[in-house]
Amino acid sequence: MCDTCGCGSEHDGFTLHTVAEEHSHSHSHGHHHHNHDDHPHNHTHDHEHYHDHHDGHESDKKKVIDVETDVLAKNNLLAERNRGFFEAKGIKAINLVSSPGSGKTTLLEKLIQLLKSKKKIYVIEGDQQTSNDAKRIEATGAKAIQINTGNGCHLDAHMINHAVKTLEPEQGSILFIENVGNLVCPALFDLGEEMRIVIASTTEGEDKPMKYPTMFQSSDLCVLNKTDLLPYLDFDLEKFRENLQKVKAGIGLIELSAKTGEGLSLLADKF
Amino acid sequence: MHEFSLAQSIVEIVDESVRKNHASKVVELVLEIGTLSGVEIPALDMALESIAPGTILEHAEIKKNIVQAVAVCNHCGKEYKPEDFFSICPECGQYGATFKKGKEFRVKSITAE
Repeated sequence: MCDTCGCGSEHDGFTLHTVAEEHSHSHSHGHHHHNHDDHPHNHTHDHEHYHDHHDGHESDKKKVIDVETDVLAKNNLLAERNRGFFEAKGIKAINLVSSPGSGKTTLLEKLIQLLKSKKKIYVIEGDQQTSNDAKRIEATGAKAIQINTGNGCHLDAHMINHAVKTLEPEQGSILFIENVGNLVCPALFDLGEEMRIVIASTTEGEDKPMKYPTMFQSSDLCVLNKTDLLPYLDFDLEKFRENLQKVKAGIGLIELSAKTGEGLSLLADKF
Repeated sequence: MHEFSLAQSIVEIVDESVRKNHASKVVELVLEIGTLSGVEIPALDMALESIAPGTILEHAEIKKNIVQAVAVCNHCGKEYKPEDFFSICPECGQYGATFKKGKEFRVKSITAE
């Protein structure tokens, strides 16, 4: 049983896979209720009371209950627990978000090569299916764990909480979380990261920030990948920079090519 | 389709509230949704509709209070109602604002029996 939330196992939720052991376990996610009284994460309600309506009719029995609870309260509370753990251990947790095919995994492989002599690196890989990405990352020498979300379209704080317990990242390390390739859903789910980096690439349109503003708005830094392809594409770099600033004024932009390594050190310096 | 996990969270929140208040049936649910919350309302409606049977929301009428976003221009301080994250300030015509309202996504209240 899960000691974070009391949920059982073998449900239709997410699964964790470590590459070394090929061990996996399922986790219920969603179809259970968190109702143990001794646990702090239930008590997120700002204010709760009820009052009866006395109008002399059947509605006497009706109560209006002011719930006033954020729908994402449980996720946000777990995210804060994750954040507290990362802070206490001096772990830099980075949430990488992008559409599929922007080159997140290649970028991570190259970043790890640059950073691994300085710091210990851990990676949580999120995909609907397969452990392919975790295997690619482990080949670089970093320790990785794969979360398969099944039908889920994003990682959430609960999944990260479990993955971190299995990974056991060391004091002072860097933890990269490669989110499910999707520019919509992961925007709403805080994982407890210190920095959210949105990655776009030159093979996508320069209007990506305008099309997916929630994601770009919620990010702390933007990376534009595949700059080596610029001579062959119609991508308007100036327009992209402009669009990005329209959606989030002042956000940093690092233009790089994970393939050639150009600009990569600018990103590595952030960690 | 993160709206399905959001709908699931709504059911959990309502369940918990009903239990705490010793009620048994929910006839109305009021949600508060900001125009910049990132929640796709038609998708949420569909998710709630498909998830409701067999849950506490089965007989509930679902009402949505839409909260209009309010932004304050970072340059001139003008308060305005942005349509999206990249609406320009009507006063000085610049991009870049702080959003005071509009990201809400809450279970506001329920009416229970």
